[in-house]
Amino acid sequence: MIWSFSRPQLLALVVMLAVIGIAPAFVYPVFLMKVMCFALFACAFNLLIGYVGLLSFGHAAYFGMGAYVSAYAAKSWGLSAEICVLLGGLVGAGLGVVFGAIAIRRQGIYFSMITLALAQFTYFLCTQLPFTGGEDGIQQVPRAALLGFISMKPDMAIYWMTAGVFLIGFLAIFRIIHSPFGQVLKAIRENEPRAISLGYRVDDYKLIAFTLSTFVAGCAGGMKSLVFGIASLTDVTWQASGEIVLTTLLGGLGTIFGPVIGAVITNTLEFYLAPFGSWVTVTQGVIFVLCVMLFRRGVVGEIAAKTKVSL
Amino acid sequence: MEISRRKLLGTVTTAAATTALPMSRARAQAKPVFKLGVLNDQSGPYRDTGGITSVICTKQAVEEFSSLMQGYTVEVVTADHQNKPDVGASIARQWFDRDGVDAILDVPNSGVALAVSAVAKEKNKVHLNTGAATSDLTGVQCNENFISWNYDTWMLAQSTGGATVKAGGDTWFFITADYAFGHKLEGDTTALIKSAKGSVKGSASYPFPGTTDFSSFLLQAQSSGAKVLGLANAGGDTINSIKQAKEFGLTMDIAALLMFISDVKALTLEVAQGLHLTESFYWDLNDGTRAFTNRVKSKTPDNWPNMSHAGCYSGSLHFMKAINKIGATAAKASGKAIVEAMKSLPTEDDAFGKGSIRQDGRSLFPSYLFQVKKPSESKGTWDYYKLVQTTPAEQAWRPLKDGGCPFIKA
Repeated sequence: MIWSFSRPQLLALVVMLAVIGIAPAFVYPVFLMKVMCFALFACAFNLLIGYVGLLSFGHAAYFGMGAYVSAYAAKSWGLSAEICVLLGGLVGAGLGVVFGAIAIRRQGIYFSMITLALAQFTYFLCTQLPFTGGEDGIQQVPRAALLGFISMKPDMAIYWMTAGVFLIGFLAIFRIIHSPFGQVLKAIRENEPRAISLGYRVDDYKLIAFTLSTFVAGCAGGMKSLVFGIASLTDVTWQASGEIVLTTLLGGLGTIFGPVIGAVITNTLEFYLAPFGSWVTVTQGVIFVLCVMLFRRGVVGEIAAKTKVSL
Repeated sequence: MEISRRKLLGTVTTAAATTALPMSRARAQAKPVFKLGVLNDQSGPYRDTGGITSVICTKQAVEEFSSLMQGYTVEVVTADHQNKPDVGASIARQWFDRDGVDAILDVPNSGVALAVSAVAKEKNKVHLNTGAATSDLTGVQCNENFISWNYDTWMLAQSTGGATVKAGGDTWFFITADYAFGHKLEGDTTALIKSAKGSVKGSASYPFPGTTDFSSFLLQAQSSGAKVLGLANAGGDTINSIKQAKEFGLTMDIAALLMFISDVKALTLEVAQGLHLTESFYWDLNDGTRAFTNRVKSKTPDNWPNMSHAGCYSGSLHFMKAINKIGATAAKASGKAIVEAMKSLPTEDDAFGKGSIRQDGRSLFPSYLFQVKKPSESKGTWDYYKLVQTTPAEQAWRPLKDGGCPFIKA
């Protein structure tokens, strides 16, 4: 099939494209943009946990830093939208190379703890560095024009840009997973010593995957800050890292569409429970427990297992 | 009789038009609905200084004004911004875009307020601030869709800070909430101390929200050798700082630069007695304030209105008067037009008496310096304040020319 999409996957992709195309007529576009940003973030996270078996517990650092840098570039340097988003991605990748190089030396829980520690370190930097605006964040970020001349001021204009960024990121991750490189990643996930014995330099593969994932996470953060016109500490907190784990788990680890569905679910919950304040976290906790007890493979994972297709 | 096709069509159209007419008239009579959104902290450190009582006071204003509304109705909606600027900005955006909200009220937390006011400007709606203190909102960050109601950092620094310096407190140490509000309050007070030839020995900023243990900052303050501890924070943080200062037996004078009556209640008079604080509203100030409080106190018995709550009442009333002035259609079309009308009308209500709104969006009322009563002087719960000094409206606020508001022509 095209780009190694299987028939069910192609079908799911067409449905997703149709939903992206039609949904803004019925649903508040800004909400959809938020979902797409978090879906992309979750896809990036899923690349690591689902296909390399690395649980990074500090992914918010790359997402949040991407948001800050992109916001700063749009506000203070007046760069165009696509460059802001790319800069966000590059900063995410830059952080990812350094943090990844340190973290992949350990495995399992130690890997997760190192990524968490480094993410907390980033959080501290974000509260203290002057350019982030501390607790106020970077506010009043203009919606920079795409390519310098296509205005992104109307909600629908930036909606299509967000959809574009999301789709490019989504397809890129799909391509990575199904490339020979992706096969090696899966081999590492299944049995690392065997991959080493076959002659693969496992650490290099892990680092590349880590960097790719953080690049996409940075882009997602950058896009979010342009949509909402604000980059703030919320996106760098460890809670944000935890939420993306929940999102991915809920949708289905190691499935292509799982993180997207997960992002739809968690964001919808957050959106409709927002008036109840702190009840959001309580509900999320309950759902997490239910998910782990009743459908461990996540929504998409369970569907895929029932219908015996890979989604 | 010959009936031509044209004639027939003409008759049918006329008939249809006649029958349709009452319907279209009925539709034209459907009154426009104005929505007031109360956006504040309903679960965190500012839940008592704003919170649900702000919603009650806003609804009170709508109720009292309902017979005077000329061809429109008003609804009140509410949300919790959790003290996060991004949450506040996205709720504001959604309210304006999707839910038809015309004005956002309260918005304590200056960081959130700055973000919300930018959204209100972008969408040409109204932001009536009664909860955020930073004087930048009517200064360098001001815009034409914004009005600030009852207090700001400059006025607080002038009143509480000024009185403290006058009483001999010329060396200060600040404990500051680390965001827009805390820094502005510290900055405005520092400027006042310097102009009175006093000095600032140091300051400690703490992360907001989420800090509950102030001991290390209090110890720093004690060892700095300053005479006055300036608290550039508010709500639950102020309560915790003062309580812990008393527990440590801190020997410095405390200047709580922003404090509300609900904070005094939480601290109890034993702890809070003798403190000076500034509000622009107190329930027992005059007949008007007592009348207003009598009307709402049964709805919020555990939290009588402070200046922020009274501001929601007064601001909503004035907002509706402005709609009456320019008409519902014009008001629906442009938030800026409403704000202009609000500025051109003098304000008058039970809570604040007579006042006016300046061109930069600063409303002008007198400010009152109070001292917290001793337990023996108080006649009961809520009888907490002694009036020490009244600053008239002309002197209470930062002069227009010093604000640096971009749209004011000097």
